[in-house]
Amino acid sequence: MAGSTAKQVLFEPIFSNNPIALQILGICSALAVTTSMSVSIVMCLAVIAVTAFSNLAVSLVRAQIPGSIRIIVQMTIIASLVIVVDQILKAYAYEISKQLSVFVGLIITNCIVMGRAEGFAMNNPPLLSFLDGIGNGLGYSVILLFVAFFRELLGAGSLFGVSLLPVVNEGGWYVPNGLLLLPPSAFFIIGLAIWGLRVWKPEQVEEPDYKMSRHKAKEAF
Amino acid sequence: MEHYISLLVKAVFVENMALAFFLGMCTFLAISKKIEAATGLGIAVVVVLTVTVPVNNLLYNTILREGALDWAGLPNVDLSFLGLLTYIGVIAAIVQIMEMVLDKYIPALYAALGVFLPLITVNCAILGASLFMVERDYTFGESVVYGFGAGLGWALAIIALAGIREKLKYSDVPEGLRGLGITFITVGLMSLGFMSFSGISL
Repeated sequence: MAGSTAKQVLFEPIFSNNPIALQILGICSALAVTTSMSVSIVMCLAVIAVTAFSNLAVSLVRAQIPGSIRIIVQMTIIASLVIVVDQILKAYAYEISKQLSVFVGLIITNCIVMGRAEGFAMNNPPLLSFLDGIGNGLGYSVILLFVAFFRELLGAGSLFGVSLLPVVNEGGWYVPNGLLLLPPSAFFIIGLAIWGLRVWKPEQVEEPDYKMSRHKAKEAF
Repeated sequence: MEHYISLLVKAVFVENMALAFFLGMCTFLAISKKIEAATGLGIAVVVVLTVTVPVNNLLYNTILREGALDWAGLPNVDLSFLGLLTYIGVIAAIVQIMEMVLDKYIPALYAALGVFLPLITVNCAILGASLFMVERDYTFGESVVYGFGAGLGWALAIIALAGIREKLKYSDVPEGLRGLGITFITVGLMSLGFMSFSGISL
């Protein structure tokens, strides 16, 4: 991201350089928490907050971190932030934090946070890094909410717990698609979302740095 | 004994780390293009999980959990909020130690694992297994079995995916779906297959 302006840094990760669809980061925790919109939104806010503040913190101390132990320093910063988020969730949104179960803790190993701290915040001033964190968090959220939207609407006939398509069990007409409440559906939706995104932005299909190696490897054989 | 066997089967198949909980997905998708690489990574994950889960279990039960510091005369101290920081520290340290030990005593295995060993630190399956262990309140014995089973399940899944992808590269996939997209869909289908295990009650 050479010569990046604040606006670029903030908005590029949403579609053009999406952390999930293009950088293959942060898929780990993205899939299991998407059965309902409200849980996903809390997860997104948590990830945005952690990414932004860890980027800010890492960027602030980047000149002081010795290269050889930088991973440990970053891990400590991220883990501390995640503990704060976890405690806040337990205090103010206990029900949702129960549903998220271990996935709040797993934000630590969410590759987005680590990847951005290592790849961006180590070389950029604090404010830009902060925006980059928010941008990547948003990119993650877009995919997460997209998946959650379809899973909750078609799987349970509701959005945010409000029933939109009255289901058969309650005397309505909609037969909910149980598959969408099961884990594998998230893979299909993300796979199709990536397809859609790459049809819309064909340059992502051939972009050199992240993906090209996969295609090359495929075609070379 | 029966209890441990059913726990093992449950950890390997029913609650497969990769295909039922989506843990360790980043490495799962990134390093599954070749079977050899996937096997190396799978073995490393099994070893690291078998060591870290029991160690974290000991730490949690003797130091972090509420009332655990009774032996030190501090019965009311609850340090469980420090859990995340501790587990990740333990994992990073053990991976580092393993790297040094392997380098010194089993250089062949060290060379085979190569770059995958340090990568394991940020594999969510490792941290995830520790967190599940705490959430489900496993005893020490159970945590050994669970750590091993979870690792085995993950290794099984990545080797299977690598096998599929090695064949898949000869197929003509639509342009936008090539690479990451089709891999997601493959993993989804595998995950559906693994769901059939969830009918098993142990």
